[in-house]
Amino acid sequence: MEFLGLLNYWIVVVLMMTGFYIVIAHNNLVKKIVGLNIFQVSVFVFYITMAKVKGGTAPILAEGIEIYSNPLPHVLILTAIVVGVATTALGLALVVRIHDAYGTIEDDEIEARENEL
Amino acid sequence: MVFMAVTGFAVARLRNLFGVVMLTGLFSLMSAVLYVVLDAVDVAFTEAAVGAGIATVLMLSTLALTSSEERVSEAEKPMWALGLVVVTGAVLIYGTLDMAPFGDAYAPIHHHVVPRYLEKSGQEVGLPNVVTSVLASYRGYDTLGEVYVIFTAACGVLLIIGRPKRGRRRTLRMLVGEMRHGMRQNVILRVVSKLLIPFILVFALYVQWHGDFGPGGGFQAGVIFAAGFILYALIFDVDTSRMVVPSEVTRLLLALGVMLYAGVGVVGLLRGGNFLNYSVLAQEQTAGQHLGILLVEFGVGLTVAAAMITIFFTFARQEH
Repeated sequence: MEFLGLLNYWIVVVLMMTGFYIVIAHNNLVKKIVGLNIFQVSVFVFYITMAKVKGGTAPILAEGIEIYSNPLPHVLILTAIVVGVATTALGLALVVRIHDAYGTIEDDEIEARENEL
Repeated sequence: MVFMAVTGFAVARLRNLFGVVMLTGLFSLMSAVLYVVLDAVDVAFTEAAVGAGIATVLMLSTLALTSSEERVSEAEKPMWALGLVVVTGAVLIYGTLDMAPFGDAYAPIHHHVVPRYLEKSGQEVGLPNVVTSVLASYRGYDTLGEVYVIFTAACGVLLIIGRPKRGRRRTLRMLVGEMRHGMRQNVILRVVSKLLIPFILVFALYVQWHGDFGPGGGFQAGVIFAAGFILYALIFDVDTSRMVVPSEVTRLLLALGVMLYAGVGVVGLLRGGNFLNYSVLAQEQTAGQHLGILLVEFGVGLTVAAAMITIFFTFARQEH
């Protein structure tokens, strides 16, 4: 029973490692960004999981409710999501630019082209 | 959550990038559901609007600009990568053994400032939604920083691919190419989106101004508002939608939102308070807080919406 309480964290770790694996093992730049996104979501889930209080409710004050979940991680993650999409867009813009310059978005091919020059 | 893990693996295996992007959208939607289950309604709201909507569209337009198939690489590399990942994962799981169990009300994270936010924000700020109070008032500095990051990212996108390649005439053309023709001829899509877009925009405004009381706020509203325009541009025409919101206007709004936020802080300074202290904005403390939060959230909404629209159109304007 005590270990079940940590199940969420373990899935977070699995997700995080999936993202990490994609980032380091794949050559495709778009795939790498997707991997980073998965990594990012796993961190979000981690924070939100920590914020949950058993028997609590969403942190919007109402009469007759005593227990609320922790609002602070919610704030951090809410802004992080929007910032995340903005930075993802920046990454994708770089990918588009790299494709313009090298004609490919595969990491090793780019390196080969670099060495040719 | 198990579903999410499965989707994650599928993303890692799949070579077709179009499929990968679709799966990422699904992945976001599932995480949004998970956030609702975990009481984080504001976060779920944002994730559903951002992850399943705008991020997917941006990824798709990148694919249209580059290639949508991943080349199969040699099999030698993944072995050490897999080993590294497994070792790191094992260490992290060992680390979780010291974590407080799920839902424990006595976990360290629930101490320090949080009880104060929950108990006092009702009187000090006077808003039912604690997330909004913390976001705009108690942690106003952080949020200002985040808005700057979004502003900077949008500027960065403009700088990197904002200018069409030299020697070519600027052509305003939608990228999601083949998809577009199908979409434009589809009567159902046209009629339904025509009906929906006004409601999306009105809903965004509701989310903007009601964020003090229910889930919502500037970040979500900005994204939803931008989504309305992007939907129009996808289904009808980029040129026409660009006429409604010319690039000068979005660029201006982009900066204006940040300036409004910081300006509210400066007004607080001038009236004898600290930077971003809203209590001095009006006679009563809660009235001042209320006014300050409304203005600040409006600034956030402006910047986020303008940034998303700018980024989308910059991608859409690229040459194929």
